[in-house]
Amino acid sequence: MEIPCHRISGGKASGPALASTESISFLGTVDPETGMVVDPGHQLFGKGVGGKVLIFPGGKGSTVGSYVIYQLKKRGVAPLAMINLRSEPIVAVGAIISGIPLVDGLPAEILRLEEGALVTVDADRERVIVDDL
Amino acid sequence: MHLSREEERAYQGELGESLRKAMEILVALGEIYGADQLIPIRSVQVAGVSFKTIGEAGLEWISDLRGKVAVPAVLNPAGMDLARWREMKIGENFAKKQLKVVEAYRRLGVSPDCTCTPYQIRPELARRDDHLAWSESSAVSFANSVIGARTNREGGPSALAAALVGKTPRYGYHLEENRIPTHKIAVDADLERSDYGILGFIVGREVGEGVPRFRFRRRPEVDELKALGAAMAASGSVALYYFDEDAPDAPKGAEEIALTAEDLRAVREENAPDGDVDIVAVGCPHSSPNELEELARLLEGKRVERELWICTARRIAERCPRLVEKIERSGARVFCDTCMVVSPASDRYNKMMVNSGKALAYVPGLCKMRAAYGSAAECVEAATWRG
Repeated sequence: MEIPCHRISGGKASGPALASTESISFLGTVDPETGMVVDPGHQLFGKGVGGKVLIFPGGKGSTVGSYVIYQLKKRGVAPLAMINLRSEPIVAVGAIISGIPLVDGLPAEILRLEEGALVTVDADRERVIVDDL
Repeated sequence: MHLSREEERAYQGELGESLRKAMEILVALGEIYGADQLIPIRSVQVAGVSFKTIGEAGLEWISDLRGKVAVPAVLNPAGMDLARWREMKIGENFAKKQLKVVEAYRRLGVSPDCTCTPYQIRPELARRDDHLAWSESSAVSFANSVIGARTNREGGPSALAAALVGKTPRYGYHLEENRIPTHKIAVDADLERSDYGILGFIVGREVGEGVPRFRFRRRPEVDELKALGAAMAASGSVALYYFDEDAPDAPKGAEEIALTAEDLRAVREENAPDGDVDIVAVGCPHSSPNELEELARLLEGKRVERELWICTARRIAERCPRLVEKIERSGARVFCDTCMVVSPASDRYNKMMVNSGKALAYVPGLCKMRAAYGSAAECVEAATWRG
């Protein structure tokens, strides 16, 4: 099904979903060298964000998080695309400077998407395409 | 958000990749904060300069950008004195990276003035009613409150994007409706210079991101306002305050806070120095010529027994060579371009004494070091004490 959304950072990408109902502070939660979630207190602890469509409510924490996203991209371990309920400046700026498609304004059910489900984020057309939801 | 035809072209990438990214940042933030349009700005102060804060990733991003800034832009303090970093015992590797950061900004047309007080060195960067995109929290507070200009507190990428485009999204402190006082602060005490840092430290914690409206017994001096605003922006996130007799009043129902000399004394005592102080740092925000003069007078004929750093802007040090020489004759160091909070040089010490409410708020968390507070005279005393 196609879900309308709001473009924050342009581009288009498809990949397996990795969803969390918890916000993410990139600085401290995600290792910038490996893309692994290293904060034991986070729902996604032990998982890698690299090559995934990362789905989460929004960002939080230090503004250095924007640069962490850029570093993930440079190391080849960044998400292919990101989906937020409501983007805030840290993740928005991080996605834009890294050239990672980012959209927001989706219904909260998207946070419950099964891990590995194929998702396409078409930020330019403001559409998210999910095989089954 | 409404974009002009020219802005739309930049947003779609017709004017190059860097401008496209810059526009994308401004539009995204504008939409997040509900801005209706972009507005022209007079100047930009760019955050994200110290290599200690931005790291390899930040350096890579700035180095990858192309283009030139559209309005005058200066930098936040760096992680070291760009010329005398060896005297700060900064490692070669850090220094190399730090110089690369400043060089990358310079290639984009940003002036390598690294200071938290751009208004002290180039007054033309901010006049009353100007819109700005400044970053450093104390500079933002000074611009909004003392100069009467209008700026939000920008992050590194959003400030640089604003500099490249010459515009910023219209929201937050650019709008009159967000500049109304939220708290009334009555200060029933005769304040001396070093009380303002403590006062700001207390009020910032109380009002958070509010807009305090002060009533003082006398109008504070410029350096006192600089200290007050810096402290409130660090212990809270105050970006605008009022202090003038004829400033707008807080609306009915606004929270009222009454502070006495006793309240200030209690916080001062809590943070009084003891024998453990092994470094003393003043110049947060960067020292003015008047403050350098006071320090030169206090240090006359004395020798420092432990590190005493005085931070200022390079242009101010260059304007006052005789004062700098007098100060350094005591063994104290006048460092430019940097500050104790963003430099890794302070990592080697245990307890730092400061005369800044802002440093008092930040040193424990950012430098992993205990902090003590005193006036400039008490700081000099601690630095020269033979104990």
